[in-house]
Amino acid sequence: MTGIDLGPALIIFTQEAKDLLEEMESSLLSLEDEPDDSETVNSVFRAMHTIKGSAGLFGFNPVVSFTHEAETVLDHVRNGERDIDAALISVLLDCKDHTAVLLEFCLESPDAELTDELSAAGDELVKQLGGNETASEIQTVDDVNEGNASIDSEGDAKDIADSWLISLAFKSDAFRMGVDPLSFFRYLKTLGQIQRVLLITSDIPEGDEFDPESCYIHCKLAFKSDADKQTIEDVFEFAADDCDINILPPNSKIETYYSLLDDLSESHIQRLGDILVEVGALTQNDIDKAIQTQADGELRADQDKKPLGEILVEQQVVQAAVVDKALEKQQQVKQKAAAEASFIRVDSNKLGQLIDLVGELVISGAAMDLMVGKHGLADVEEVAETMNSLVSGIRDTALDLRMVPIGETFSRFRRVVRDVSKDLGKNIELKISGGETELDKTVVEKINDPLTHLIRNSLDHGIETPEQRLQAGKSEKGHIKLTARHQSGHVIIQIIDDGAGLNKERIVAKAVANGIVEENHNLTDQEIYNLIFAAGLSTKDEASDLSGRGVGMDVVRRNIEALRGSVNIDSRPGEGATITIQLPLTLAIIDGFMVEASNERYIIPLSMVEECVEMNGDNWQVDEVQNYVNLRGVAMPYLRLAEYFNAAKVESNNKKKVRQSLVVVRLGKNKAGFVVDELHGEHQTVIKPLGKIFENLDGLTGATVLGDGNVALILDVQGLIKAATT
Amino acid sequence: MAIKITEQSDTLTHISIADEMTIYTVLEQKNELLAQLKPGQQLQLDLSAVPEIDSAGMQLLIHLKKKAKQLDNEFSLTNHSQTVVEVIGLFNLTSFFGDPIVITADRSAS
Repeated sequence: MTGIDLGPALIIFTQEAKDLLEEMESSLLSLEDEPDDSETVNSVFRAMHTIKGSAGLFGFNPVVSFTHEAETVLDHVRNGERDIDAALISVLLDCKDHTAVLLEFCLESPDAELTDELSAAGDELVKQLGGNETASEIQTVDDVNEGNASIDSEGDAKDIADSWLISLAFKSDAFRMGVDPLSFFRYLKTLGQIQRVLLITSDIPEGDEFDPESCYIHCKLAFKSDADKQTIEDVFEFAADDCDINILPPNSKIETYYSLLDDLSESHIQRLGDILVEVGALTQNDIDKAIQTQADGELRADQDKKPLGEILVEQQVVQAAVVDKALEKQQQVKQKAAAEASFIRVDSNKLGQLIDLVGELVISGAAMDLMVGKHGLADVEEVAETMNSLVSGIRDTALDLRMVPIGETFSRFRRVVRDVSKDLGKNIELKISGGETELDKTVVEKINDPLTHLIRNSLDHGIETPEQRLQAGKSEKGHIKLTARHQSGHVIIQIIDDGAGLNKERIVAKAVANGIVEENHNLTDQEIYNLIFAAGLSTKDEASDLSGRGVGMDVVRRNIEALRGSVNIDSRPGEGATITIQLPLTLAIIDGFMVEASNERYIIPLSMVEECVEMNGDNWQVDEVQNYVNLRGVAMPYLRLAEYFNAAKVESNNKKKVRQSLVVVRLGKNKAGFVVDELHGEHQTVIKPLGKIFENLDGLTGATVLGDGNVALILDVQGLIKAATT
Repeated sequence: MAIKITEQSDTLTHISIADEMTIYTVLEQKNELLAQLKPGQQLQLDLSAVPEIDSAGMQLLIHLKKKAKQLDNEFSLTNHSQTVVEVIGLFNLTSFFGDPIVITADRSAS
């Protein structure tokens, strides 16, 4: 090796290579679905190419020579000389793994010879790569022609080419609602020329069932006009409820849309629908309808979510060529945006330090507030106010720095699903949505293991073998859906499978055998399903090497609860199971709501506070014995915080209670009320861990230092709701 | 009576309609006209006194035409009023009804 110190550069190279390999893996997996995507092929090629180049700098010859082979093959694919198919993707995935192994080897012992084992594996892969290389023909589907063909079939091509095609399907009530097609025709004539009318009369019954007041006719019009789509659609505006209207722009307009699309500003990424509306190819109405269709389609179980563009073309409101062009434009803008966004790698420790400092800043900000209030300095108050809003801005930005999209973690599971389903002889597809949902980096890191476990569990226990699925009347292919989304200050991650679901009887039997529940329990289905998160329970009779030894699910729950999250499972026999994980956005600072009970201050996470009402027996029926309050007709358990945390002290000044408040908190579907003496309002809360001794304290998750130096305890709402319910 | 049978024989019924043919009248007209649609005969509708016709009225005429074909009745429209001509034109139904449309001097002037 060279004489210069390559230490720091080596670290960067390692990190970069790791990223590139990960990117390569996800690109390869997406190629399985869309083998024609040249951009993805390019990114795989780039990964190999870059690693080869950088490895050369460090003299990692084994890596260079191996990646060179892969690069050559990929170059062929890129030039269209070779087809990419499942077999090749599979080999390339192995190549990616092998490259990672080689890198590690080189990093550990830079000058050593490659072991026989490694070089043999490499040779084997190179052989497979070379495989049956055959030149392939490049197929291009001429979308433009296809699009035109389907439209032309509706009328005389030449005459109609310049016309808008309007089809009106009236509902049977149309006449009775005062809609008369004739009036549209007359009005259209003021906008342009009706070239041709096709009145479809075949639906008019010939028999006695004919009701002259019902409408049976449909029509198609060829309409020549310079008006834009919105104007034409407005003609039919008041009939929209009684008529399905389809307006297809004339083919001659396509050119106009093209040039408009070219001129569209590239300043920000737009959604496909918005682009099409902006150039006037579609109206908002068209988009809304298509989105509705899309949503309806998604509800139907095993149907794939169709791309919006496809739906629009199917509904014949726009030509395929225009959609293609708009998509192309969208892609361009996206690429430009990606090229412009630049990143700096920052040591995560530095980031941690920043967050800590911001935490301290928030605390001293609160201290300053207190001082200003105490001395009643009006002019200082204004300054303090400005600073406070700046501090909370800094806080949000600093926390934002730690936010990463969960998509990267999600896409790792593609490989897991692919490999595990192969091992198990099952056919399983993983669908990912909401990958752009952001949450704290530490949370993302810590959720990886529990998620892996849950997904493996679904793969192993949830989804049946293809034979079993066919027998149960389901499609051979099993589906697992992994989704993430934000919901009121939390992130909800769901794993949904369409497998066999959980076996209630077996869970109960096992739980009874293990003494977790009593024989004559009266648990709800939901509670029974959630028993699988209890320690020592596995429903699979035989454990596989993947899961099923009964350890794990309880660890999963513990890990998630350690993140101040919760996990739930729901299942429908024969239809599958849904695991829902609820996680907080961040672990460091929260917006809290401060309350006081017998001179002790407590913080409730603000996102969980639903409302505050006066705790008054006259307004609400309060059941003092069972601790239930009837709040506007809904029974809800309540908990006196003072009693719960400090029973002894309450006895002495029990009678002095004058006026108390009830803070209603909600977590998921569960609600409870906390009775407190005083409400202090919103408070930015820096969470400090409680330390080893108090770690296992029930009902508390941490503490925070207040401006005056006192400590307030942060309530574990989940735990307290449970305590209030039982 | 808005519908007047002006001529009736064993083979031919000639009816003159002297009312609008719109959503407000079609129900009544349908029943009366259908009653005159006899198999194997000829039914002529004189539309000269129809001041207004809408889509529902036109739909009724289409229905009658179709029904007549089914019953082997020779159904024809005569003396179309200006409005009727316009609507048949708008709907592009001239060839569907296949009746000669005569625009007389006084009617085209009106």
